[in-house]
Amino acid sequence: MKPAPFDYAKPSTLEEAFDLLEAHGEDARVVAGGQSLLATLNMRLSAPSILVDISGLEALRGISAGSNVLRIGALTTHTELIASEEAARAAPLLRKAAVHIAHPAIRNRGTFGGSLAHADPAAEYPACVVALDATLEISGRDGSRRVAAAEFFHGLYETDLKPGELLAAVEVPVLQDGFRSGFGEFARRAGDFAMSALAAHGRFDGDEVHDLRLVYAGVDIRPVRANRAEAVLAGKAITRELVAEARSRLAEDLNPTDDLQAGGATKLLLSGVLLERVLSDMAGAR
Amino acid sequence: MDPVREITVTVNGERLTARVEPRKSLVDFLREDVGLTGSHVGCEQGICGACTIRLDGTIVRGCLTLAVQADGAEVWTVEGLSDSAEIAALQEAFQERNALQCGYCTPGMLLTAAALLRDNAAPTRPQIREYLSGNYCRCTGYQAIVDAIESAASQMKGAGS
Repeated sequence: MKPAPFDYAKPSTLEEAFDLLEAHGEDARVVAGGQSLLATLNMRLSAPSILVDISGLEALRGISAGSNVLRIGALTTHTELIASEEAARAAPLLRKAAVHIAHPAIRNRGTFGGSLAHADPAAEYPACVVALDATLEISGRDGSRRVAAAEFFHGLYETDLKPGELLAAVEVPVLQDGFRSGFGEFARRAGDFAMSALAAHGRFDGDEVHDLRLVYAGVDIRPVRANRAEAVLAGKAITRELVAEARSRLAEDLNPTDDLQAGGATKLLLSGVLLERVLSDMAGAR
Repeated sequence: MDPVREITVTVNGERLTARVEPRKSLVDFLREDVGLTGSHVGCEQGICGACTIRLDGTIVRGCLTLAVQADGAEVWTVEGLSDSAEIAALQEAFQERNALQCGYCTPGMLLTAAALLRDNAAPTRPQIREYLSGNYCRCTGYQAIVDAIESAASQMKGAGS
């Protein structure tokens, strides 16, 4: 056994979960799939006195698509999300991204909500939910509140979640006519953390792209939008020359620092390659 | 004093009840408490795949799952899948193709390969490599492992038709 001793509780209702989180405060850690947390416990980077296992909370489970909104319960595993035809139709970006997450054995347990709440800077979903302009539903003792994805990620592993709150679900706008998504990632090996990843979403009118969002992961402490590159492309037809011009602005949008995966200069270079590949895929898709 | 929880797990078809510390991983529980040492412990941080086991029908990391989280679940290890002959074709192909050298990664490779072949009866070599990307062989015998899985797949396909 590697972790320091801890107690364990598995509430069956949200109320019980809130009671436990209130009673134990900062000594408690929430666990769902545990695919990031258990590794940090094994390495003793984290030593909570109790784990509150929310995996039995039915209220946080399931995927449902309405006419305007796709609702994804926080406990949805990566494998379930990849397999969901509803999600693939309503938000194809998510499947494109999820296949880059780790390996099958980890995708079977790791959860959508867990990845967002953990907010690893190299994780795929945070960039996706920002690109899709999704809304995160947060449950607390006093009810639930909704936060735009762009406001949720505060910093390195830091989110808008307050002590005692749980991420319950995410609402993603259903893909409308003309909209297309693209995703690309560079990692050292399949399933490794991203050196750079790009989630892109926009509306095509003929060859012209509108409302484009380019959101990078793995290059900063949180997902980062490439505003200047987006501005170059806004309302114009995607051509090789235009994409090259957008790429030349990336150095102003992104300022990647060195990490274990790659140096900052490499990350910037790879981010440019991703921009060209992802936009070319999106422009080619009909 | 460390807390203890009682769990009931069905391991390789046999239902058993045990008292475990919450911090005990599922793979440590299987090895130390149940005595099934076929599932191996490698990195204990989810990287190497040596601890791969089947939990409620899907493969998981035994080091990133707590024994208490398996309460009420059905677990299969390499021992059970050997006895049931479910992975016999894979085991034979691993032997024939020299797909194990030190053998440390082999139980995890077999469990992962079995999961792949249930999803996809005729995987291509790139598909095999990608599915196995989370299982490390430090003898670096990957070519032979991919050969073995490819050969087991074609043999199982032949046997099934």
